Amino acid sequence: MTLPYDPGPDVIEVIRAPAAGPVRGAYRTFGATLRGLKTTFGRIVEGPTTIQYPEEKTPVYPRFRGRHKLHRFEDTGLEKCVGCSLCAAACPADCIRVVAAENTPENRISAGERYAAVYEINLSRCIFCGYCEVACPFDAITMGHDYEMSDYTRSDLIFTKEMLLAEPIERTPLRREGE
Amino acid sequence: MTALALVNYFEPWWVQIIKALVIFGVIFAMLPVIIVYERKLLGRFQGRYGPNRVGPYGLAQPLAEIVKFATKEPSRPTTSVGYLFRIAPVIAILTAVSALALVPFGDVQHIFGQRVGLYGIDVSIGPLYVFAFAGISFYGIMLGGWSSGSKYAFLGAMRAAAQLISYEVSQGLALVGVILTAGTLSLTGIVHAQAGLWYFIPQIVGFLIFMTASFAETNRAPFDLMEADSEIIGYFTEYGGTPFVAYLFAEYTNMIVVSGITVTVFFGGWLLPFGIHPPGWVDPFVVLAKMLLIITLFIWVRATLPRLRYDQLMSFGWKILLPLATLNLVVTAVLVVS
Repeated sequence: MTLPYDPGPDVIEVIRAPAAGPVRGAYRTFGATLRGLKTTFGRIVEGPTTIQYPEEKTPVYPRFRGRHKLHRFEDTGLEKCVGCSLCAAACPADCIRVVAAENTPENRISAGERYAAVYEINLSRCIFCGYCEVACPFDAITMGHDYEMSDYTRSDLIFTKEMLLAEPIERTPLRREGE
Repeated sequence: MTALALVNYFEPWWVQIIKALVIFGVIFAMLPVIIVYERKLLGRFQGRYGPNRVGPYGLAQPLAEIVKFATKEPSRPTTSVGYLFRIAPVIAILTAVSALALVPFGDVQHIFGQRVGLYGIDVSIGPLYVFAFAGISFYGIMLGGWSSGSKYAFLGAMRAAAQLISYEVSQGLALVGVILTAGTLSLTGIVHAQAGLWYFIPQIVGFLIFMTASFAETNRAPFDLMEADSEIIGYFTEYGGTPFVAYLFAEYTNMIVVSGITVTVFFGGWLLPFGIHPPGWVDPFVVLAKMLLIITLFIWVRATLPRLRYDQLMSFGWKILLPLATLNLVVTAVLVVS
């Protein structure tokens, strides 16, 4: 068989399908077109797969690492954070700032000896790696599920302890595990 | 007046003016609807919603876009030829609207004691008139691309010109088969001749050729090289704002005209199948509904087929479509005569 190009010395034999005749060629051309039309029509039957974002939100997985949360003990209402700064030490982006202060019997804030007088996370620097969560010996800080954190100024992205302790205003939908 | 009455100018002048205004108004009101219909349907074909933010169901989207275009600063390249640059979109839209006058929306009706034909004009040279204005619309494209003073616009215009010329031949030849069968060049006459059987059945080959060539004539996918949204080398590369909208509207008007001609010539115009004879005022709605179906086909094909390469476009037009159209014409001629 002669080829329109030189396949090189490595190629011993080239097997080509028989050339399509006029009828078969026409069937191939128009058949492909019709199959394409059928495929696109199938999309209409299926309906859109769009998630209309601001109204509908994609559910996140339970282990999704979103905005941080600080926790309190449910029974006593005391903060879990004892101001040990291990999270700040573990943070690779260096975005956590903790200033600890002593608890006194009349002003008791956390369960331990000390508490975090200042606890700030600069979310414009945070890379959401979750090391703070791993480093925390009291499970005081965990990664939440919120991912809507855009803001107009950089200073608004520095979250203080009160903001991190508060419940998120809008809950992010959660996906079931294993889904 | 008698000579004019022979070519169906039997109406008084004021009826003709009113008719022209009504047809123009209705079709231009339909254009934004068709644009939003196309975008929404295209979205559905691609598994998404399409525009749905502006107004109820996104229906006000074209209004927002027109306002956006109309408030843009007019600008033109320093190398452009000023008056041609301004005139070119006008030619494009003028020819598109002129061709619109020919689409018959219904038979002659008696309205307030006047005999009124529900069409712009019914000339005895029907399709020739359409092709004449399609030929002039090519000036709008060519002058627009050339007077922009930009290489890319000029390249786009050259490709557009070559494409239009190549496909107009096949389109015309495909229609000749119908004209031979009907024995008249008047579009209303062609519709009347289809009372028994719509021409897309005996003239199926002519219909397919005409549709394929029409896709190329109206710059629609898969022959939309001349505008090629993803490559952005079209004749209107340098246009922005209102002149750009003029080109856009001209293109969509062309699409309406072509679907109107297709309905008239191949799908029996205002006639309904199975011997249904509705009252005369239904006719325009029948034609509009059929046109909408053809436009839906245009959109469906746009959502499906990828764009042809330029050499494929040319060889397809001259080597396949033109011989097929000629063969169709010859076979039809032999059948009609024998």
